[in-house]
Amino acid sequence: MSVLVYTENWEGKFKKLSFELVSYAGKLAEMLGTSAVAVSVGNVANDELQKLGNYGAAKILSVKGTGLDKLDNQVFTSVLAQAAAQENAVAVVLSNNNTGKALAPRLSVKLRAGLVSGVTQLPSSLNPFTITKKVFSGKAFANVVVKTEIKVLTLAQNSFELVQVENKAVIQDFNANIDAGLFKTTVKDVEKQAGKVLLTDAEIVVSGGRGMKSPDNWGPIEELASLLGGATACSRPVSDEGWRPHSEHTGQTGKIIAPNLYIAIGISGAIQHLAGVSSSKYIVAINNDKEAPIFQAADYGIVGDAQKILPELVKAVHEVKAS
Amino acid sequence: MNILICLSNVPDTTTKIKLVDDNKNYEKTGIQWIINPWDELALTRALELKENADAKVEKVTVITLGGKEAEPTIRKALAIGADDAIRIDAEPQDAFFVASQLAEVIKKNMYDLILCGIESSDYNGSAVGGMLAELLDIPSVSAVSMININGGEISINREIDGGKEMVSVPAPLVTVVQKGIAKEPRIASMRGIMMAKTKPLNVVPAAPVESLTEYAGFELPKPKAACKMVSPDNVKELVDLLHNEAKVI
Ligand SMILES: Cc1cc2nc3c(=O)[nH]c(=O)nc-3n(C[C@H](O)[C@H](O)[C@H](O)COP(=O)(O)OP(=O)(O)OC[C@H]3O[C@@H](n4cnc5c(N)ncnc54)[C@H](O)[C@@H]3O)c2cc1C
Ligand SMILES: Nc1ncnc2c1ncn2[C@@H]1O[C@H](COP(=O)(O)O)[C@@H](O)[C@H]1O
Repeated sequence: MSVLVYTENWEGKFKKLSFELVSYAGKLAEMLGTSAVAVSVGNVANDELQKLGNYGAAKILSVKGTGLDKLDNQVFTSVLAQAAAQENAVAVVLSNNNTGKALAPRLSVKLRAGLVSGVTQLPSSLNPFTITKKVFSGKAFANVVVKTEIKVLTLAQNSFELVQVENKAVIQDFNANIDAGLFKTTVKDVEKQAGKVLLTDAEIVVSGGRGMKSPDNWGPIEELASLLGGATACSRPVSDEGWRPHSEHTGQTGKIIAPNLYIAIGISGAIQHLAGVSSSKYIVAINNDKEAPIFQAADYGIVGDAQKILPELVKAVHEVKAS
Repeated sequence: MNILICLSNVPDTTTKIKLVDDNKNYEKTGIQWIINPWDELALTRALELKENADAKVEKVTVITLGGKEAEPTIRKALAIGADDAIRIDAEPQDAFFVASQLAEVIKKNMYDLILCGIESSDYNGSAVGGMLAELLDIPSVSAVSMININGGEISINREIDGGKEMVSVPAPLVTVVQKGIAKEPRIASMRGIMMAKTKPLNVVPAAPVESLTEYAGFELPKPKAACKMVSPDNVKELVDLLHNEAKVI
């Protein structure tokens, strides 16, 4: 028996997201009286793989092979299903990111295993296996019972605390049998977003709305984000207008994020916007309308003109960072 | 080329959720039902492709699993421009149940390109598209923000974590679409609404399928504590609070 966890690396390195997943899988395995086995696909050095052990993986299956450098959903599902069979997995944990959303549903069908996506907690009961997830874009939670022997779960990013343990994991090569006919996705071109903190990874996000008035006013937002080591975001009309790239749009129809701090500037706080950011640990609102709904969702707020407040905010953060 | 769009019928995104039956369910009356926002964008893109002669799209079909109450939503899709529609007569139970039912119908009459949304705005499953592809044993591409068809080749942009990829995959396939796939959802014209009344809406019975999960009950989020207001003349205090109280910077 085991809990299998699919980790992702970027150019041979694991991000916090993978350590969160392994921490979660380790705790789940503990509940189930078994151990966590991590799957890593691609070329990752052994000392990097060993890091997964420090978050609770007892064993690491390292999958190397040609054609595995690009995501093909059918191929990767087949690899994971084979690993799950070998390790006798009773649960498989993936991230609720783009890759996890692509693979988990396929794996669920292949293993005839009930899927619960976007979980943020460990199960509330094991018998029946019951787990909570957000529904209605955060307006409610549902308790979902998984009726099958094997469970597939996707974990929402930034929702589970890292758990460090003293542990040395066993690293094994894993050779999956992949039918050559299964490779059907040809990647023609890749555009990487280099050098920037990824919005979905960021612990601090500085976001601007229509109240910023013009794309020319984004300077202090970018400055604040880089000062805080965070990422920039925006509301939907801002990206629709082309003021900011689509990849920055947060909300129900954009990215769903859960940073530690979300600073909303000139954003009214429409329900569809909040759907993407309401899981943030702290929300700060800066808006010149004291009735703006964003203040209902915020922890800290300032009523005032963004153009005046932003430069002062940048200055004050500089001071705190310097002290 | 024939395109199929899987439409989920969901409460309007501004709906207030009220729990009933001992929190086992939510109040479904008095709600405005809409086409799931991503499915609406998928439909819009399919119609744009049909209008482009190079793409050689013959037909755009929509399919929904749902009771009779889902029909106004389906008619809306027909009014926007879909050629015909299928309703599988059953109540959705879980994503596996929905995907299996869809697969049963699709197997009998395969489509070249199947579009699903990245998630339904009610249960936020992000599951049906991928499950459907696995059940049909065909490729899938997820987080799709652009689809073009040219000379029979389907080219797709997908978002990866940290960038974008342009990929091509042979038909038949399932694409799971997100933002960017179309600019604005199309709205029905008066003529479209009139024409929709005569377009075929085929109702098919459900197949015997078991769900893998069950929704045991719901909870509402706890109300949030009041927002702490800081004077606009004292921005430094906000930074102090974030540093010392919240400890996030
Ligand atoms: C199906 C559907 C899906 C949607 N999905 C999303 C989504 O994913 N994400 C999203 O963001 N929206 C989404 N929307 C749109 C959403 O309903 C709102 O229209 C949008 O979020 C508003 O953006 P905003 O707050 O930037 O602009 P506005 O609502 O125009 O608000 C601007 C705010 O700036 C304030 N302001 C003005 N001047 C200043 C100043 N000088 N200083 C400080 N504050 C100032 C104003 O008081 C106001 O509160 C969706 C809508 C629908 C129907
Ligand atoms: N009842 C349904 N009928 C048809 N398609 C559906 C249904 N439910 C979900 N879908 C499709 O699956 C996508 C993802 O839904 P979900 O997995 O429920 O988040 C939706 O955007 C639709 O394209």
